[in-house]
Formats: sequence, structure tokens, C-alpha cells
Amino acid sequence: MSPTSILAPASTPADSIFGLSIFVLLNVAAIFIVVFALLAYVLVRFRNNGHDDQKEPAQIYGSTQVELAWTVIPVLIVLALFLAAAHVIASVQNPPRSPGALEVTVTGHQFWWEYRYPSLNIVTANELHVPLSDPARPAPTFLTLLSADTDHSFWVPRLAGKTDLIPNHPNQMWIDPHEPGLYLGQCAQYCGTQHAKMLLRVYVQPRDEFERWVHEQQQRSQAGNVSAGQRVFESTACVNCHTVSGTPAKGRFGPDLTHLMSRETIAAGASPNTFQMLRLWIQNPDAIKPGSKMPAMGLNDKDLDAVTAYLETLR
Amino acid sequence: MSANTIAVPELPVSRPFTLRLHEWVTTVDHKRLGILYILFALVFLIVGGIEATIMRLQLVRPHNDLVSPEVFNRMFTMHGTTMIFFVAMPMVFGFANYLVPLMIGARDMAFPRLNAFSFWMSALGGIFLYFSFLGGDGLYGAGSAPDVGWFAYAPLTAKTFSVGHSTDYWTLSLLSSGIGSIGTAINIIATILCMRCPGMTLGKMPLLVWLNLVMAGMVILAVSPLSAAQIMLLIDRYLGAHFFDTQAGGSAVIWMHFFWIFGHPEVYVLVLPAFAFASEIIPVFSRKAIFGYPVMVLATIAIGFIGMSVWAHHMFTIGMSAGANTFFVLSTMAIAVPTGIKIFNWVATMWGGKLRFDAPMLFCVGFLFQFLVAGLTGVTLAVAPLDWQLGNSYYVVAHFHYVIVGGILFCIFGAFYYWFPKTSGKMYNETLARLHFWLFFIGFHLTFDFMHVPGVLGMPRRIYTYEPGRGWDIWNLIVTVGVVFQAAGVLVFVFNLVWSYLRGQAAGNDPWDAWTLEWSTSSPPPMYNYGVIPTVRSRRPLWDLKHPEDPDWRYE
Repeated sequence: MSPTSILAPASTPADSIFGLSIFVLLNVAAIFIVVFALLAYVLVRFRNNGHDDQKEPAQIYGSTQVELAWTVIPVLIVLALFLAAAHVIASVQNPPRSPGALEVTVTGHQFWWEYRYPSLNIVTANELHVPLSDPARPAPTFLTLLSADTDHSFWVPRLAGKTDLIPNHPNQMWIDPHEPGLYLGQCAQYCGTQHAKMLLRVYVQPRDEFERWVHEQQQRSQAGNVSAGQRVFESTACVNCHTVSGTPAKGRFGPDLTHLMSRETIAAGASPNTFQMLRLWIQNPDAIKPGSKMPAMGLNDKDLDAVTAYLETLR
Repeated sequence: MSANTIAVPELPVSRPFTLRLHEWVTTVDHKRLGILYILFALVFLIVGGIEATIMRLQLVRPHNDLVSPEVFNRMFTMHGTTMIFFVAMPMVFGFANYLVPLMIGARDMAFPRLNAFSFWMSALGGIFLYFSFLGGDGLYGAGSAPDVGWFAYAPLTAKTFSVGHSTDYWTLSLLSSGIGSIGTAINIIATILCMRCPGMTLGKMPLLVWLNLVMAGMVILAVSPLSAAQIMLLIDRYLGAHFFDTQAGGSAVIWMHFFWIFGHPEVYVLVLPAFAFASEIIPVFSRKAIFGYPVMVLATIAIGFIGMSVWAHHMFTIGMSAGANTFFVLSTMAIAVPTGIKIFNWVATMWGGKLRFDAPMLFCVGFLFQFLVAGLTGVTLAVAPLDWQLGNSYYVVAHFHYVIVGGILFCIFGAFYYWFPKTSGKMYNETLARLHFWLFFIGFHLTFDFMHVPGVLGMPRRIYTYEPGRGWDIWNLIVTVGVVFQAAGVLVFVFNLVWSYLRGQAAGNDPWDAWTLEWSTSSPPPMYNYGVIPTVRSRRPLWDLKHPEDPDWRYE
């Protein structure tokens, strides 16, 4: 079973699209069977079977009744499909606003995702956490979609249809997942060299688990002894792009690293978040994601190990 | 009918190559320009096919590293741009150029020199596009050919994101070929409106001519905004404007509107000539007059008008209001009605006929089945909520290749075989043509039937590689295998054309026992087409000639 199939919806917008698609599919399948059978019949029935009498068949120039029939019937089918579509458009684009809704601002970057939870004061990247929505007590998540550079598109097929992230053109979408778990997707609007590895991961968690995650994310990074790795981090270009809250690192161009180790992947889902891969990512990002905006840092082995060790402390 | 050629002093047959080349380069003859357009398109068909093959080889398995992401992105940009602007457009213009004057009993297009100018502007566009491989760099490391996608969404084309000159070559290429397209469109319209032979009222024109008239009208309406947008993009990049520069308050969405108000009518610009070929070939190989001629004309005009009002169905995911989305669902679905009418009329034309399945008809029958499927997947995509899922996925890629390859290209292959005897004076090899059909048919279905599946399973287009474990691997493998059959089919096709041209048997003036005027003159037609301008009384002048006891004009 594909983890990104639109045929396994787990959230209301994806559910209603799935329901509509079954209705549409039945209609077009019926049309296909009828016309296919008609065509096949004509080809077999009227094929010239060799013993030709050299006479031309009867010439028929048209028939108003027949033309009318095959105009009116398609019009009726089109109207039925249109009304069904209009209904789903209205229900998905004008959702009920429940008070328990969570607001998240999604910003697309070349080639990663930034998530901000304004009401919870959380900033994170690439791995979106949302609460499970119980149909009895809906807890939908509303996403405001922005772009920092080019066009992107947010597409997690099992949760909802895609909506584009366009600079200067804020968009909205919503999800209310009713099954916990990890949902996958990826950027669906070509956005540059590494469009392919701009992957989406949405973690749907039961309320208590989600609360625990929120609590962890709201902690500032532990202020302990400043390690050698932190010194390297703060004295190189790392801080131009990355933020680690509570430290001088305040860059906004790359992902916020305050709770880096709470994430399972790095490089927008392109690689698992292990010591080896993290080290490789700092040393030579092109080995994982050629064309990403992360520069190779050119550190010696000692500094590389120290910085990686420091990043491993950001929980 | 051979009385229709007059004796003029023939040029010596063996002239030096340079002299003959000079004749072709400076020609203003509509037939030679038509052939130039078609040869130009065939060369680029091979080039675009090679680009597609590179993409399919890269996607044959997950995490493949045959090409870099940069190269892959250039390949899909060049493949799309090439196939639309330098294969499909010149191909339909080539056939229109060659056939329209012959079918309306004229000696040339209305503006022969504009015709030549338009062809060479299109050719210049192709040269601009491919010169980018050499000149696109502009700046060390800025890359060569354009990699912004064939619809080149802003702001990816802004200087910030597209350094170097690759985007400029792309822009100049489309601007140049756009001028050529508009010139040819004006020419086609003027020719059809002013150059018809005596007796050929609008209602007695062959359907091919009607369809090309509507096609040319749509070219003028659709290519103009595209050209305007290209100029605006150039001004953005070099003169400090900010039409599409979002970092200075410009609008990415405006570019989308400009592009798709061209982009969707363009589909009809390409499909109407394909319908035109089917509307000529199916009657002749069914031995019957076209069923419902007036309805076919009305359906064409309806497609022309409705086709201009559906563009934003390419933009269902950009966050338009529910009202706008609903409107474009309705207008898009409305197109299905006149298109359906056409399919039914072709079937009714075959009903009660005596069907002969020579290669031209074989390709048209393939077209009917495949266009049926393409139309129905088009209906599914017209339902905006389904498009929110399937838009920009491989399902869409499969859908529009079904239209362009399964529909349009199949008709074009049919047209090649149908008119090859007229154009070259030689008969093609029927066995090779059938081999071409079956190879291409199998390859087409392997590639494009199975391509729908990864789209439904969440695979977006334009990704140079993909993750394993998403259920996409096997489908991508099958899709790539189909390419082998398609490529073999095209090779057989090209070989057949070349071999038949050199070695084929003489075809005679009217090998298909057909009914339109071009079959009354010699094969190939003389420079002046007709010694005596013909006079017609019905839509099938040669039927009248062959059946004086039962002429068409009694019933029209």
C-alpha cells in the first residue's frame, strides 16, 4: 500500500475528494464502456470483408434527431458532475471554523518547509506535528501558506488536496486527520533544482502526545557549558542562516535548529537524522541533496566532529 | 483530371545541390514551405524524443543517478518547449500550409512572402532555444539550457532565481516563434476567406479547412498574450520592471494567467488540426460522406469559443475563490459536449460504411479510442477537487500525453500516410506502416496507460528522482519500457518515409479514391497547383465527378 495514495484518505478534505472521485469515476466508466462498445461494434460490423461489390454504400448526410440526442444526454451528465463538484468545492473551501482549531503558518523555502505555530510560540522545520481530530470533537488544523522565494505546493495526499505557496499571495488550507500516524507527501510545484527532495512529513498525534511535543518545543535550548562545537558553530557562517534560540545564532534563511534532534530527518526529509548523516550534510551537502542552498562548510575533521556533537545536543 | 495540369517549361532535373538548396531557402511556394515546416518538426520530434528518453531512463528506478537534477530539469523544460513550439505547432502549420490552398482550389496562400517570413521566424525560435546549450551560461556556472519548466512560472524566471541567459534564450525563442505563428495564422485566415475557388461557399469547404480556420483564429487570440508576457518578462529582467518580480511586489499569479490564456487554447490549436485529419480520412476509408457536416462545423466553432474561457482550470490549486473555481469547472466540462458530438459523428460516419483499414485509417481508429480516454480523464481533472489531488501529478502528465500523443500525434501519423502519396508522388510501404502502427500503439499504451497510476499514488511531476517504498517503482519501470517500443515505431516510420520517397512505387493522382480537390491534380502537384482553377458545386467535388448520376449537390 502506497503511503501517499489518494485512495486512502484520512482527513475530511481528502475524504470528500475521494467520495467525489468515486462518483466521477462511475460516470466516466459508464460513458467509456458505452462508447467503447459502440466503436468496437462499428469496426467489426462494418469492416470491408474482402469480397467487394465495388459499389459505394448508401450516403447518409446526417440526422437532426440523432444529433440532438447525443447533445442533450452529455449536457445532462455534465450538469450532474458539475453540481457534485460545486458541492465539494463549497464544503472544502468554506469549512466551519471551530474554536479548537490550531493555526500553523507554513512558509515554503528552496528547498525546505518552515512551520510556525503563532499561538504556541513554536518554530520548527520540515516535520509538521498536528493533533488528532476526533470527529465528535473536531480539532482541525488551519494552514496559512506563504513562500519566501518561488512557488511551492503543499501536498500530503492522504490528508488533503494540494494548495500552492505563492510569494505575495497567501493561501489557506485545512486538515483534520482522524487517524494517528506519519503522513508523507512532497512539494508539488516545481520550485528549482531540488524540487524533488522537498519532502513533507506530517505527524498526527493523539492530544496528550501532541501536548508533550508542544511542551518540548517551547523549551529554550539548554544553557550549559559552552562546548567547543558551539564555539565553532557560532564563529562560522552557520549563524547567518540558522537560529538556535537562546544563543547568538539568529539566522532565518535556513531551518531553525533549536530542537534539531527532535526531528527524525534532515534536509527536508532527504536523509535520516543520524550522527553520520548530519556530519556528511555539514561537510558536503551535495552528497545528500545536490543543489540545495546549504553550503559545504569547509571545516577540518576536528571542527566537523565538534559541531556535529553540538548539534546532537539540541533536543 | 490530368487535363488539370498545363505544360510549362520544366527546369532541368539535375541541378547542382547549391542551386536546389537556394530554391528551398528562398521559396515562397506554400507546398515547399509546408514541407519545410514538417521536416523542421520531424527533426525536433527526434530531439524532443531523445530528451524524453533521458528523463525516462533517469526515472526507471528510485534514487537513480544517471543525470544530475540540473540536467533533468533542463531536459523536461526543453522537452516540453520543443514538443509544443517546435514539433506540434510547425507540424500543424506545415499541413495547413500544404493542404489548405490545394483543398480550396487556390494556387498559393494569400501572402506567400509572409508565409516564408513566418516559417523562418519559427525556425529562428528553434535555433535560439538550442543555442542556449552554448550561450545560456552568460556567467560562469550559471548553467546552460533553460531549467524553469515549459510554463516557466514566476518568480523562478526572475534574475534572482535564474542567473545567466538561459531564460532569455527561452523567452526570445518563444517570442520569435510566436511572431511566426501569428503571421501564419493571419495568412491561413486570409487565404480561406479570400482565395476559395468559384462555387466553394463557406458551407461547402472541406471540414479540414473549417477546422484550420478556427485553429488560426485561436492562434491569434492565444499567442498574442503569450508574446506580450514574454516582452514583459524581458522588461523585468533587463529594464527594471517588476511585473512578475515578487520580491518587488510583482505578481506570480499574473504570469500564470498570461501563460494559461495561451496554454489552454493551445491544446485546441493542436487538436483541431488533428480533428481535421480525422474528418478527412475517416469518410474516405468508410466510403461515406461525413455525418452531420453542419453540426461538425458548429461544434468546432463552439470548441473555439468555449476553449478561450477555460484557462484557469490549470490554476485550481493556486487558491482561487470557490466562485471562480466553480465557474472554471463548468466552462471546462462544457467543452466535453461539442467534443463528444464530434466523436459520435465520426462513429456515425463509419456506421453503414465499408471500412478499409489502411494505415491512415488505422491511426485514426487508434485516435478515436485514445481520444475517448483522454477526454474522460480530462473530465475527471475538470472536477476541481479531483484536480487538487491529481493536478501537477503524473496523472496529469499521463492525461495530456494521451491527448497530444494518443490523439494528436496518431492523427498526424495518419495524415502522413494519407497525403504522402500526394506530396511525394510515391506510395509508402503498407507493411512497414502497419509495423509502425503496432509498435507505436503498444509503446504508447505501455507508457501512458500505466503513467496514470503513480499520479494517483501521489507522485508529483518534474522530480528528478523519488523515494523508494511509495509504490511507484514498478509503474515507472513499465512506463520506461514503453519508450523502447515508441522509439522503434518512430524509426520504422522515418525509414518508411525515406525509403518510399527514394524507392516507392508511383502513387498516381488519386490512390484512395477520395473526394476533395487536392486529389484531382497531379502527385506531386505542380508549382501552380491547378492549370485551370476548378469550380465546385458540393463539399465533395470529386464524388460529383465520379458519380454524375448521384451527385452530392442534390442533397446539400
